[in-house]
Amino acid sequence: MKKLLTKKNLAALLLIIAVYALLVACDQFGVFNRQSKALLVPIGINIMLAVSLSLLVGFLGELSLGHAGFMSVGAYAGCMFTIHMDLPMAVELPLAMLIGGVVAGVFGLLIGIPALRLKGDYLAIVTLAFGEIIRSVLNNFSVVGGAGGLNGIPKYSNYTIVYVVMVITIIVIANLVHSRHGRAICSIRDNVIASESMGIPVVYYKLMAFVAAAVFAGIAGVLYGHNLGILKPSTFDFNKSIEILVMVVMGGMGSLPGAVIAAIVITVLPEALRGLSDYRMLIYAVVLIAMMLLNNNARFNEFKQRLFSKRAARQGAKLTKEGE
Amino acid sequence: MALLEVKNLGISFGGLRAVDGFNVNIEKGALYGLIGPNGAGKTTVFNMLTGVYQPTVGTFTLDGENLTGKSTLEIAHKGIARTFQNIRLFAKMTVQDNVKVGLHNHVKYGIASGVFRLPGYFKDEKYLDERAKELLDVFGLYGERDYLASNLPYGKQRKLEIARALATGPKLLLLDEPAAGMNPNETAELMETIHFVRDTFDMTILLIEHDMKLVSGICEEITVLNFGQVLAQGKPSDVLNDPKVIVAYLGE
Ligand SMILES: Nc1ncnc2c1ncn2[C@@H]1O[C@H](COP(=O)(O)OP(=O)(O)OP(=O)(O)O)[C@@H](O)[C@H]1O
Ligand SMILES: [Mg+2]
Repeated sequence: MKKLLTKKNLAALLLIIAVYALLVACDQFGVFNRQSKALLVPIGINIMLAVSLSLLVGFLGELSLGHAGFMSVGAYAGCMFTIHMDLPMAVELPLAMLIGGVVAGVFGLLIGIPALRLKGDYLAIVTLAFGEIIRSVLNNFSVVGGAGGLNGIPKYSNYTIVYVVMVITIIVIANLVHSRHGRAICSIRDNVIASESMGIPVVYYKLMAFVAAAVFAGIAGVLYGHNLGILKPSTFDFNKSIEILVMVVMGGMGSLPGAVIAAIVITVLPEALRGLSDYRMLIYAVVLIAMMLLNNNARFNEFKQRLFSKRAARQGAKLTKEGE
Repeated sequence: MALLEVKNLGISFGGLRAVDGFNVNIEKGALYGLIGPNGAGKTTVFNMLTGVYQPTVGTFTLDGENLTGKSTLEIAHKGIARTFQNIRLFAKMTVQDNVKVGLHNHVKYGIASGVFRLPGYFKDEKYLDERAKELLDVFGLYGERDYLASNLPYGKQRKLEIARALATGPKLLLLDEPAAGMNPNETAELMETIHFVRDTFDMTILLIEHDMKLVSGICEEITVLNFGQVLAQGKPSDVLNDPKVIVAYLGE
């Protein structure tokens, strides 16, 4: 217990409470108009999507272009459940999230298996194909509403619920990353051969990362369905997967705070700049290219490191001095 | 019975016999040298002993257990650890985390303990931090524990690789040109450290080196490879005076 009450954890706890208090205050005192209030839930959902994809792209180092696919299978599974059940919300929604998470997790495992053999571009193509296949199956599957969409989902989601689930998601993934399991995952990203030579079960950890990422994407999908009250296959298209990827890349790959901030920016910006919505994909493309270039720039990386870690900053300064 | 017994090990790449009929016995606690000119097949021997390449013929046993045909992961679990000629650190991880990856299998806490920060997590992580400190201290790297591995100067990267391999708690440590790219002072210091590691950790070490003088200085026994075949084997003083070896190194 004492170990949990470190300064850092207390600061995080205060931040979590303060942000929520701010949300409630803004809501109560009418700071939000209808439009901006409607953005709160999508922001939380996108943060969950970005943070979970970050586990794959930023920490495991595998490019996945099918995150919207995981989101959709979770969403459909969870929402079908609530539509057909007649339980109180307090029971139904958590169960729906559980079901959505498990179903998405199974798909994560299925996609993780080819990931064991494929690298880079090839894996990217497989995940892309997965997302598109899921979408066309949903499109033609009348039990789940087909192209017309799945209607009549109870609108259970509100910003409080989404906030709580989002915070849990961030904590779980951050803690995972900062454990021996997360170190193993990062070591695979940095050098597979060395990782295996150090006795890291690479197969196990690759699958684990895929399953964990899919589970949280699935849960995000369930909350998404219960926010709109309708699910349409077309919302889970390639563009959605790219949007999530842009959040991760813009956040600096392998930085969870970065992914959170990028998710907020990417959700809010198109709404704020409605006129630009036609150019959305163009802007994403530019952001992706710019970030890829920046991420390969030594000076920028040094700057980023300095920004995020004080101790590293001190040593970074020392290193540069030694280098002179 | 020797700790490592290699019998008639060989591998071909297409038509090229990169290693042919390689035999060696390494006793527990030995500091053994593997030398030879460029392209002689030294690194290929390491790659076979760690399951990176599967030998075409021959066998090898560690502590009496046949490890031929096992995967890299299985061999790592059985107790062979290595460094790489072209450094393969976890570049974007800190120095300390590199060593803690090596220590991965020394603690057992599960995913739930890690995610929910159960007591096992704190106990095990504390143990890992202590072990990592011990190892980093041996190589004088503890002060740099929070650097990214890629930010270390070259010589220190080589040392970190040894610390990381040692962290797995191997029975046999394979070092591929640990002194490559170091100046004479750094090299001398590194050789002292390797001696120290052998003595304090009771380690068995097989090391590849280009520099014959250097190897003869610290190894009790050496094998010379040339064009994939064993040219000479034995005490450094004998081997280095062997006319065949002199010819291989200096030409006629
Ligand atoms: N994967 C491979 N495919 C084809 N040929 C290979 C492969 N690996 C090694 N070789 C060849 O095997 C021979 C031995 O190479 P190896 O790397 O073992 O030499 P080495 O003794 O370590 O040399 P150096 O001192 O330069 O490190 C070389 O001719 C090399 O080209
Ligand atoms: Mg070599």
